Amino acid sequence: MTISNNPAQIVVEHLIKRFGTFVAVDDVSFSVGRGEIMGFLGPNGAGKSTIIRVLCGLLSPTSGRAVVAGIDVSRDPEGVRQRIGYMSQKFSLYRNLTVEENLRFFGGIYRVPEIELSKRIRFAVEMAGLSGREHARVSTLAGGWQQRLALGCAVLHRPPILFLDEPTSGVEPRSRRRFWDLIHSLAADGVTVLVSTHYMDEAEYCDRAALINQGRLIAIGSPQQLKHTALPGQLVLIECDALGAALAALQQAPGVHECSVFGDSLHVVVDDAEKSFEELPRYLAAKNLQLNRITRINPSLEDVFVQLVGADIANRNNAA
Amino acid sequence: MKVRRLKAIALKEVLQIWRDPRSLMIALLMPFMQMFLLGYGVTLDLKHIPICTFDREASQNSQALLKRFAASRYFAIAGNVQNYPALVGAIDRADCKIAIVVPPDFSERLNDTGSTSVQAIVDATDDNSANIAYGYALAVVSSFSSDAQLLLSARQGNTLQQSQPMVVQSRVWFNEDLESRNFVIPGLVAVVLALVGAQLTSLTISREWERGTMELLISTPARPSEVMFGKLIPYLVLGWIDASFCLIIAAFWFEVPFRGTIFTLFVTTTLFLAVVLGIGYLLSVLIRNQLGASQIALLVTMLPTTLLSGYVFPIDQMPNIIQKITYLIYSRYYVTIVKAIFLKGADLHAMATPILFLLVYASAVIFLAARAFRKTLE
Repeated sequence: MTISNNPAQIVVEHLIKRFGTFVAVDDVSFSVGRGEIMGFLGPNGAGKSTIIRVLCGLLSPTSGRAVVAGIDVSRDPEGVRQRIGYMSQKFSLYRNLTVEENLRFFGGIYRVPEIELSKRIRFAVEMAGLSGREHARVSTLAGGWQQRLALGCAVLHRPPILFLDEPTSGVEPRSRRRFWDLIHSLAADGVTVLVSTHYMDEAEYCDRAALINQGRLIAIGSPQQLKHTALPGQLVLIECDALGAALAALQQAPGVHECSVFGDSLHVVVDDAEKSFEELPRYLAAKNLQLNRITRINPSLEDVFVQLVGADIANRNNAA
Repeated sequence: MKVRRLKAIALKEVLQIWRDPRSLMIALLMPFMQMFLLGYGVTLDLKHIPICTFDREASQNSQALLKRFAASRYFAIAGNVQNYPALVGAIDRADCKIAIVVPPDFSERLNDTGSTSVQAIVDATDDNSANIAYGYALAVVSSFSSDAQLLLSARQGNTLQQSQPMVVQSRVWFNEDLESRNFVIPGLVAVVLALVGAQLTSLTISREWERGTMELLISTPARPSEVMFGKLIPYLVLGWIDASFCLIIAAFWFEVPFRGTIFTLFVTTTLFLAVVLGIGYLLSVLIRNQLGASQIALLVTMLPTTLLSGYVFPIDQMPNIIQKITYLIYSRYYVTIVKAIFLKGADLHAMATPILFLLVYASAVIFLAARAFRKTLE
């Protein structure tokens, strides 16, 4: 995506971050272009927050390089801080201050010109859908509103780059949807957004997504690319009675790459979907297992992630 | 340092203090309580020492002597007993600290020989107050004795005044009434300000860490010095308000004479506040949790200030090594200064040395605090 007229706003090269002996970020490299929405996907503790904190200058890298807005974060963290907006994973506005007081505080910290501040605060309040609640204490707001206000505070100084660390966690689905609309409108204005989430479905809203597991970047690409290239075969859905027994049996079955539980059904990666329609029911019947339904489905990013994590773990075990 | 950021941080801090009952209580209620509790609690004067009398003669003379005790403001008659067992009982029950026994031949011997004696029985479980009580009793008896001598010589037709070859004409300066209150209360102001000041700022950074707001604050371009001064300014104003409370209570309620100027008091108090607020802030930066920081702040202000500042316990009566240690105690300088301002009316020039020490201390603490605050999560 980094083409010549779209210089990278975030460049990470061989980033390693250790806490004692624990490797939180393990040789991660990627770059994000201007106006791009880059999603960080992965389970809790995968190292998403650590990478974002390094990029904001809150943690220093053990080795490797992080360049934000053309500035090396280790060399000039203050220069970076002036050009970024940050939403931390834990809500970090002042709860006993009102909506407007919080916005005024950050306006002052970023030295937004006084004449413009009121206008920008009005914009942020409208964007967050908080009109009429300017004088409400933040502690009285529901989760989704708090998160939108936090975004409002983060963009008040019009930073070219935004780091959003799990901005939608714990927020109800309708508010999440609305939050992503905001992110898209910011990106449309040229803001570069790096956003982490552990909701796999949210990756569909990103231009590109990076899958992160145990500190390693295991795949990166647009949601379409990831879905089409990451799976080594085709995906079928199986409904059956004894889910656990069928799972164990199918993992040994011929022509099966990967099998995992999704809700009350199984997702199975096979070489050829058509062939599996005949082979798998027969295979399960031989083991006295009843198969109710088998059908080909389009892979979701969650399928991709499960597949890639499995492959990553296998790779590492082979290497060891 | 950018004024805009200072203002934003200071205003935010004011709103937070205003909406945080804990901070407000510490800032506004604690100084009052401490001034009154300690102001009344710590007094080194012994007044109204309970005394028992056992008059075995019951003559005009013996009653005249005992009336002197009753009239003295240092004694209060706790009871008149009629026998020794009752007297021993009174001392055992701590009804009285001292008992005066007038012998049955008190007047007889006085008239015959011109010399007689009374017995004082002192409860010396607390040797210091026993000594003081005994001294007061001695003074009462000796004044009675010299009057009796005058009377005797007058009766013998000798109208000449009894003359003493040499007398000391003493003038007590600064604390003319030798009231220990005048000595203690100005020092108490230092104790209260040290305690309250460090408590308040010990919460300010640790609160941001605990509530998670620090992560966002350090992701902004706000500089450590801007955060520090922005946060300290509101507390300095609170400190001035507290200092005014304390000084008004000292001067008007406890009626300690105030002979200095408000200006010298303002300058020196501001220096002292810079030290204690800086100490609290430094602890808050280092400890990162409110309870821990406020406990340590209590420890490093309360103990040295009450024990080693000279506020009650005179420094020149301490062992040599302890005296040297007191030079490290910042409150020592302010205690000296406040006492000098209140009682002597000293000006800045006269107190140059302690002021210089305070200035050095304040700069060191503020410098360390500014260095200790790092904009990192590590």
